[in-house]
Amino acid sequence: MAAGTFAEKGADLELVGITKTFPGFTAIRSLDLFIPAGSFFALLGPSGCGKTTTLRLVAGLEEPTAGRIVIGGKDVTSTKPFQRPVNTVFQSYALFPHMSVLENVAFGLRRRGIASPLEKAHEALRLVELDHLAARRPAQLSGGQQQRVALARAVVNRPALLLLDEPLGALDLKLRRQMQLELKDIQTEVGLTFLHVTHDQEEAMTMADTIAVMNRGEIEQMGAPEELYELPRTAFVANFLGQSNLFTGEVVSSTPNALTVAIAGQQLVIPSARAPRRSGTVTVGVRPEKLLLLTAPPAAPSSGVNVLGPGRVIDVSFSGVSTQYTIAVPGIGDVIVFAQNMVFGPVVHVGAEVWVSWNVEHGFGLEDSPAEAAAGVADAASAAGADGDVATSALTTVKA
Amino acid sequence: MSAESVSGGPSWTKPRARGVAGADSGAPRIWSLSADAAAGASTLAKATATPGGSARELEAPVGGAGAPGRRRGIRFRGLGLPVYTALALLFLLIPIAYTFVFSFNNSGKLNIAWQGFTLDKWTNVCAAQGVCEAFANSILVGVVATVLATALGTAIAIALVRYRFRARSAISLLLFLPMATPEVVLGAGLAAQFLSLGVNKGLVTIIIAHTMFCISFVVVTVKARVASLDPALEEAGRDLYGSAVAVFWRITFPLLLPGIAAAALLSFALSFDDFIITNFNSGAVDTFPKFIYIAAARGIPAEANVVASAVFILAIVIVVVAQVTRAARAARLARLRG
Repeated sequence: MAAGTFAEKGADLELVGITKTFPGFTAIRSLDLFIPAGSFFALLGPSGCGKTTTLRLVAGLEEPTAGRIVIGGKDVTSTKPFQRPVNTVFQSYALFPHMSVLENVAFGLRRRGIASPLEKAHEALRLVELDHLAARRPAQLSGGQQQRVALARAVVNRPALLLLDEPLGALDLKLRRQMQLELKDIQTEVGLTFLHVTHDQEEAMTMADTIAVMNRGEIEQMGAPEELYELPRTAFVANFLGQSNLFTGEVVSSTPNALTVAIAGQQLVIPSARAPRRSGTVTVGVRPEKLLLLTAPPAAPSSGVNVLGPGRVIDVSFSGVSTQYTIAVPGIGDVIVFAQNMVFGPVVHVGAEVWVSWNVEHGFGLEDSPAEAAAGVADAASAAGADGDVATSALTTVKA
Repeated sequence: MSAESVSGGPSWTKPRARGVAGADSGAPRIWSLSADAAAGASTLAKATATPGGSARELEAPVGGAGAPGRRRGIRFRGLGLPVYTALALLFLLIPIAYTFVFSFNNSGKLNIAWQGFTLDKWTNVCAAQGVCEAFANSILVGVVATVLATALGTAIAIALVRYRFRARSAISLLLFLPMATPEVVLGAGLAAQFLSLGVNKGLVTIIIAHTMFCISFVVVTVKARVASLDPALEEAGRDLYGSAVAVFWRITFPLLLPGIAAAALLSFALSFDDFIITNFNSGAVDTFPKFIYIAAARGIPAEANVVASAVFILAIVIVVVAQVTRAARAARLARLRG
């Protein structure tokens, strides 16, 4: 309803060689980033990867050690936060507790001396469907309502760029899902550029047009959610964005179409187009849901299919839509398989002898050298916490 | 009712509870019976005789005579606290009451023996030499020292919490010193400084002295408030186009206000009350406490009682008004929420 009023277009954001060092450590290492106007961009990474620092630099709450920040073609590197056409939705919402909801939303408008601030504040509150609570204090609202007030307070200023600092982190799962959709709706409606910082890969994939995965102060990979998921270029991305089975081995043959890698005596084929490194020791991978579980060895090795095995099922865990099988393959290590629950109960039980197979086109190769891959897997494991042991064991380095 | 009844209350029920524990080892039943009267104990006797735990447990709280007994126990204990409180308050209030009563004494120079009731001293406070001047000085020193100490102390508190700078922890520590040092030492030390600098003692030196020791209390009070203030609030203010000045006055200051107000009240009370440091640094100028101290040697005029009583009454009025306003605001908020 309020779309007409908030139709002002967003601006692009460009970071050029941004470096930020704090006493003792480097938070961001020479970061280059371009976010086109009107897009929903997510910075995804574990805590401590520099994503929040990046956001604070853009907002002007921190000063970069080196580099330039350009918003809508204007260099704002040395300007104060209140001089930038940027607004932030803080992780803690940071609503002013001594003001009513309406005054909170009108705060930015009043500071800029914009005409009829209360009217515009009401309009923004209608956008987030909270106008009936305008007279309340923030403390009298629920978490989800506070989050929406924080959003209204930022959006009402029609910033060229809206920064979201994990604004959904404090909400419970159901509310978070609902807010994700609402946020996406509002972004489409008002047409602003959104820069969303999160450690929740699912949230990033649901909401963003483009995701940049950050680790240790650098961007590991950037692209559309599907692209990042289907073709991760580093071990960190492969394991932080979902899970992956990674295998390291020597390239034994390379044709323009296919790359063959020897892993503990078994040969795996991946499409050359999906493998950036085509010689020496490489790490290749496949997503667990692409794997097929076989209880007997495939009759004849057909081209276009990779087969690993035999292995033994060492763990079966049921998770509703799918069942996760962990299979120990001698000489290779543990392989994770997600199987959709098409029948009741598990297909195979712990101890069963199985083979896994997948279509060649589902495999991918990493850009990482084996050492980098191991470090990336460790990072992703520590970021993912409990899932870590699974992710770590998914990478097997085969000594030639 | 004396203090005996106070100790009588709890001990009257406790042995019974212990007796129950001896008779039966079932802990939940003991708990439900412990507060009961003698009749309750008979229920217990019956209960322990009954086999089957669930039946006993059901019976115990239902025991008809038990309930009034428990009520009597509470009333018994309830009387002790008011008696205690009344005694303590009486002890605290006697000097104030004495001061208040003797402000109506139709006395001459000496205000020791009761000479008869008069309102003259209240209607003519400034008749006695020096009382009003001393009082005015105290108010002036109190207000100026409070304003200075609160302003400086608030700035120091914000700096100490929000910023990292060299000697930050040293400053934090040094600010505690005036609170920890005996006042005699502070007063004498400052007096020696003024002497060696050749400063004439008077109102200005008193104000300097009071500001000095009040700052510590302001910093400690306001620091706690600043520490509990989410820095993101100020960042949000800056993010929402607030300049540094706007953010301070619209966000930081209103949120710190309860702490700043408490610090200011504390400062004023400390300054108004101070005798020792003032005595060292006042020269010929009298503040109210100093006036009373000096007058005590030759007899405190009843006008001093009037001033003291008036200050007391004013303080009570302020507290009551504050409470009533707070209650009204709470009621309004509750209505809003409902």
